[in-house]
Amino acid sequence: MQVNFKLNGTPVVVDVEPRMHLADCLRDELRQTGTHLGCEHGVCGACTVIVDGAAIRSCLMLAVQAEGSSIVTVEGLSTEEALTPLQTAFRKHHALQCGFCTPGMLTTAHALLADEPDADADRIRGVLSGNLCRCTGYIPIIDAVLDARAAYRKIDKP
Amino acid sequence: MKPAPFEYQAPATLREAVDLLASDPEAMVIAGGQSLMPLLALRLATPSLLVDLRRVPGLDAIAIDDSGIRLGARVRWRDIEDDRRLETAHPLLRETIAQVAHYQIRNRGTVGGSLAHADPAAELPGIAVTCDAELTLVGVAGTRMVRAGDFFTGPLTTVRQHDEIITELHLPFWPSGRRWAFREFAQRRGDFSLAGIALFYGEDQEGRVANAHVGVIGACDRPQRLMEVEALLNGRFIDEGLIREAAETSARTVDPPEDLHAPAAYRRALVATLIERGLRSAAQHRSA
Repeated sequence: MQVNFKLNGTPVVVDVEPRMHLADCLRDELRQTGTHLGCEHGVCGACTVIVDGAAIRSCLMLAVQAEGSSIVTVEGLSTEEALTPLQTAFRKHHALQCGFCTPGMLTTAHALLADEPDADADRIRGVLSGNLCRCTGYIPIIDAVLDARAAYRKIDKP
Repeated sequence: MKPAPFEYQAPATLREAVDLLASDPEAMVIAGGQSLMPLLALRLATPSLLVDLRRVPGLDAIAIDDSGIRLGARVRWRDIEDDRRLETAHPLLRETIAQVAHYQIRNRGTVGGSLAHADPAAELPGIAVTCDAELTLVGVAGTRMVRAGDFFTGPLTTVRQHDEIITELHLPFWPSGRRWAFREFAQRRGDFSLAGIALFYGEDQEGRVANAHVGVIGACDRPQRLMEVEALLNGRFIDEGLIREAAETSARTVDPPEDLHAPAAYRRALVATLIERGLRSAAQHRSA
């Protein structure tokens, strides 16, 4: 089936089997391999992408369901060479080690802070409870997201 | 972890969706897919056709009036969390839904999907049964209403016919001044709970419990009301003695499953503890 959506601002057309989930479509058809696949049944959060402004698990959505939507993956968070404030905060706080969960952490945190730039540590912990990390013990990740909030408060909302 | 092949249709009307379902005995409905997609990935479900409700109009509204709250089948958990009107129109619903699964799942999971999937530990079916809500189902033969208490018949099983689509959940009007609580316990945040309880009651002029509703999830094969506990509470003043008595009664009346997550005795004890904590919190907690 043919599906049309916007990927990181660019319109794309892909031809997929109905059973293909969005994560496989992004990785295998569109070669955007920043989105990682851990469990493939909605447990680990590594494949989180942002669909029409909401963080969702791309293994729990069919590619054909993305028709007409606007999708942001980890590749789309940074359009320039420089790291974004959120990425910079992850680096500063050592919020990653092996890096496998990081795309999901970044997309989830980005969607959260875009909506709620004043989210407190409890809220951040609650939101990131859907993303598993086996390296860091989470504390540096929470610190990084807390640190990045200032940059989101400065973004002018239209 | 790849689903078996299936056909896919996204009809533009409810009528078409129902006809598609009726035309294929192996067809299934998908909306947010947050329960169905894992089943497809694990090949526990192998439909020949998925009928996606995403283009069907009129299923995504939250309507509030004197008769209560109507949740369209495609209302997402996030829509309920974001709707500030529900803080007074149904505080029990709003607080409970905030505890469904995880952030990303709440952005896609839907009212109709949770009801149709009928996991015994799911929050919304528990609220629907506890509040005596009513579901609207539309099928080839027409529209019918089913009380939530009659809808769930066991784990992942309901009275929904193959060609029927849930279009709406109607929660009766929530009067001001009610006391209420929702408590659940899971081993990890966001997991299905081992058990959970929802309760609410009004008070007569002297402050005695009136119209108590007590429901339980996770500790039975379907969401249930605990009628014995309700009968015990009605007409009494809440005190520590009554709370203990209600907790003991709840543990006696549930019939929990024995599985690898917890032995039945553990779930019984958990229900008692949650009832105790819920009643204690409700006694200090009145809705506006």
